[in-house]
Amino acid sequence: MDTINGLKRTPLYDAHIAHGGKLVDFGGWALPVQYSSIIEEHKAVRHAAGLFDVSHMGELMVEGPGAFALIQRLVTNDITSMKPGRVRYSPVCYENGGVVDDILIYMLAENRYLLIVNAGNTDKDYEWFASHAGEDVSVTNESASWAQLALQGPRFMEALEAAGYEGELPRKYYTFTERMSVAGVACLVSVTGYTGEAGVELYCAAADGMRLHAALMEAGRQFGLVPCGLGARDSLRFEAGMPLYGHEMNADISPVEADLGFAIKLDKAGGFIGREALLAPAARRRIGLRLADRGILREHYAVYAGDELVGTTTSGMPVPTLEGSYAMALVDARHADDAEFTVEIRNRRLAARRVEIPFYKRAK
Amino acid sequence: MTPNDRRYTRDHEWILIEGNSARIGITDYAQDALGEIVYVELPAVGDSYAVGDSLAVVESVKAVSQIYTCVEGTVTEVNEALEEAPELLNSAAFDTCIAVLEIASVDESKLMSAQEYDAHVAAL
Repeated sequence: MDTINGLKRTPLYDAHIAHGGKLVDFGGWALPVQYSSIIEEHKAVRHAAGLFDVSHMGELMVEGPGAFALIQRLVTNDITSMKPGRVRYSPVCYENGGVVDDILIYMLAENRYLLIVNAGNTDKDYEWFASHAGEDVSVTNESASWAQLALQGPRFMEALEAAGYEGELPRKYYTFTERMSVAGVACLVSVTGYTGEAGVELYCAAADGMRLHAALMEAGRQFGLVPCGLGARDSLRFEAGMPLYGHEMNADISPVEADLGFAIKLDKAGGFIGREALLAPAARRRIGLRLADRGILREHYAVYAGDELVGTTTSGMPVPTLEGSYAMALVDARHADDAEFTVEIRNRRLAARRVEIPFYKRAK
Repeated sequence: MTPNDRRYTRDHEWILIEGNSARIGITDYAQDALGEIVYVELPAVGDSYAVGDSLAVVESVKAVSQIYTCVEGTVTEVNEALEEAPELLNSAAFDTCIAVLEIASVDESKLMSAQEYDAHVAAL
């Protein structure tokens, strides 16, 4: 446990200890990989509900008359049609089309946006946005001020209602309400998540994080709510086909290659950084694979079409809700529609078939 | 807790020598550190291994772990039950051997007693 001592702690650190979390070094943060079991936590989110500490995520406030123009210039998606209370997902690109980060944009008000960024990219993103900001916009790294909890799973609403809330709960996917109170804690509540299940994410002052976590756990236990760690967070997002920065995309993988075309608006007015690079046909594409043989697909395994090396897996792990073993892979675009591949696992080539992403889709 | 009838390696394997054969498995500490074990890649009966070779692979939800052999020898038996029930390594690590080798030689310098192994784990 000594190696944990030098790490950054989220406002929920004491809750992780109290719930028996197995702490690991996650990009410099002491966070639980699991409490009880990754598989049990994963299943709880699919069938009941789970509560995640995602306070390590970064929050950048972008304010001022130039806020819209700054964001619009730096993200690949189009934020023109956004209204206060809406959330939008977007990659952020370098000039060469590589990905700086993928982020959520919360429109708080005209000239006021909150950006939710990947924990490990927070400083880099702050620099990126601040360095492109003119004098009519300020960028502030507010990450240390916020606690963020993700309440996910089909029974999330029962847990939320049992905890008690005031204010009108947002209902539609990718909307939020800034002024809510949950269990007496002032929160921003958004209908977002990274699990493929229904749920909300709650943002509150760092100092209130413990109180909110405790109240939700207490209220939700009767509905099967369990605290969940990073292991389940990763396996849930993976099953649901959601990309993860550093795996499906990075500075060397474009969002077109990562198959995020839905969030790239090449024709938006004014263009954006990276647009010209993204106009070129993508050399590679993200695909899904399912292993035909016994075994487990992991990231960084070589992928072959016949005898030709055509790519590599970017994420792979056991999928508790499904049978078999799956991976996402980045492969040569010329082979992206092939049906059959082989994947090299410890010097053996095993047959894998291309399958649709997402691997898991919840029943509506 | 740690059985006295066998020897241990720094890499958290146990080896139970009976006559000319060695049963090899992983310790309770190893299974706990790995977490839920979901797949075991077993060696083939008849294959020979030198000391330090990777004998088997144990995969948990989060990690892939090589199991190295601390004896030189030929595989005479594998625990096929692990193909369908890899979680046996979680529930009964000391009662679940991965493979049995016919011993050609043993590198005694790499083996610890139960007491020495407990001290090794306590210092981690």
